[in-house]
Amino acid sequence: MRRLLFDSLIRSPLTEGRPDPDYSMLAELASTLAASGRRKLGRSLSIREIDAGSCNGCELEIHALNNAFYDIDRFGLRFVASPRHADVLLVTGPVTKNMREALERTYNATPAPKWVVAVGDCAVDGGCFAGSYAVVGGVSAVVPVDLHIAGCPPSPETLLKGLLALIENAEHGATSP
Amino acid sequence: MQLSASDEPYAFLAAQGEGLHQIAVGPVHAGIIEPGHFRFTANGETVVRLEERLGYVHKGIESLMAGASLEAAARLAARISGDSTVAYSIAFARAVEAALGIEVPARAHWLRALMAELERIANHLGDIGAVCNDAAFALMHAHTIVLRERVLRQSNACFGHRLMMDRVVPGGVAKDLDRALADEIGSLLKAIREAFPRLIDLYDETASLQDRTVGTGILSHALARQYGCGGYIGRASARSFDARRDFAYSPYDTLQYDVPVLQEGDVNARVWLRIREVEQSLNLIDQILEGLPTGDIAVAISTTGEPSEGMALVEGFRGDILCWLRLDATGKVARCHLRDPSWFQWPVLEAAIEGNIVADFPLCNKSFNCSYSGHDL
Repeated sequence: MRRLLFDSLIRSPLTEGRPDPDYSMLAELASTLAASGRRKLGRSLSIREIDAGSCNGCELEIHALNNAFYDIDRFGLRFVASPRHADVLLVTGPVTKNMREALERTYNATPAPKWVVAVGDCAVDGGCFAGSYAVVGGVSAVVPVDLHIAGCPPSPETLLKGLLALIENAEHGATSP
Repeated sequence: MQLSASDEPYAFLAAQGEGLHQIAVGPVHAGIIEPGHFRFTANGETVVRLEERLGYVHKGIESLMAGASLEAAARLAARISGDSTVAYSIAFARAVEAALGIEVPARAHWLRALMAELERIANHLGDIGAVCNDAAFALMHAHTIVLRERVLRQSNACFGHRLMMDRVVPGGVAKDLDRALADEIGSLLKAIREAFPRLIDLYDETASLQDRTVGTGILSHALARQYGCGGYIGRASARSFDARRDFAYSPYDTLQYDVPVLQEGDVNARVWLRIREVEQSLNLIDQILEGLPTGDIAVAISTTGEPSEGMALVEGFRGDILCWLRLDATGKVARCHLRDPSWFQWPVLEAAIEGNIVADFPLCNKSFNCSYSGHDL
């Protein structure tokens, strides 16, 4: 173990530069929350992830945000265990009938001000599962959504760009650049 | 949370005795994982009974399959369990090809196997680290997820998608591999072979970690056999079954590899099984890159004009995935069932946790790593 730790000290870090926030996603955000709420949260956001019916592909890429290449913590973003500690709900999947109530309850358990970020093509409108008897639809069919990050699944870089746009927006108040 | 269709509360299996209490977990869990409900009955710290209540991510996939075109059905099959997307796509494609009597070019078979082994390595690397992380040993996890990320990036460079979703299609594969990229995979293997042995030593020599994994969550040989548990769960409990060997499909019938089997059936054995399988998959990829045939990567799908049925069994990272389907006369899917390995693994987790402490459940659960979505369909 000693050698492994020592090597980590002398090697240059794997962590890559910060990607630019995706300002096209910002346009959607601008109208969603009052400026005061954004200022309160500052640059640090606690994220609670909820799988509302995904195939687990999105979860794999959200997990990847924690690896040394992306190192999401350096941006003040961190994943928390309870919705009661969260500022952001990161919701994946088409919302299934069986997860609808759980998603609503999780949303209600999250203190305001809060954002909901819908991740993945399914979370937009149900994706390839739309129309099934067991699927309610996209995330916005159940809780209000502030930002969509599309992709099947979106890459960690895309996710990061979207979440950084969220922080930028929090910092600059209601005006989007 | 009670979500039954009727107003009757769901009745969990009872456990009676002095000092027993229940712990309800989920469907929304603390980590970034899929939803499911676990109802523990515990005596102090010791789990007396666990009941799993699944179905939260039921998406009605079989109903969407019925009447779907082959393209739409293949996309659905690739999204039954995202971590096994390649294996599912191979199972679906092989079942279609069996139904229609289509011969796929040799190069397509080999490229499919290449993707399947990359997927296996990526998942096993992630799991080995995640099991250690659930025992609060984050160092291992930090290193294995870096290796996993390297595999995903190489997959993206070679096949245009990090998880290689929709790259295997009925009739062949959607993306060819050029020589330069094949060489890059060679460099990736070299990097993994350099880093991995030191991580194995780290796992093996950290007493505090071994203390958590050895003897924890033992699955008996009898239950593994009775339930037909596939993958690392079955093989860590002496059930020697691997669809690549026992129902050998191209190109595995011409490749050299071992199917590791262990006897102990505990969390430690399931970690070691994954370690040994990563090594086997590295060797398999060597052979695939060496022997990759030239030629076409796909053939056109032509319908027979009559209803037909096909079936396939494919070894995913988690175990054997079965696909059965019936095509109608126009080549559309009439019915399709994809059986996830988790079907035969979830039930025995309830048995494996019995007598362990509640705090070891995440460890046991991660060492099983059953699919919720694949089970719920």
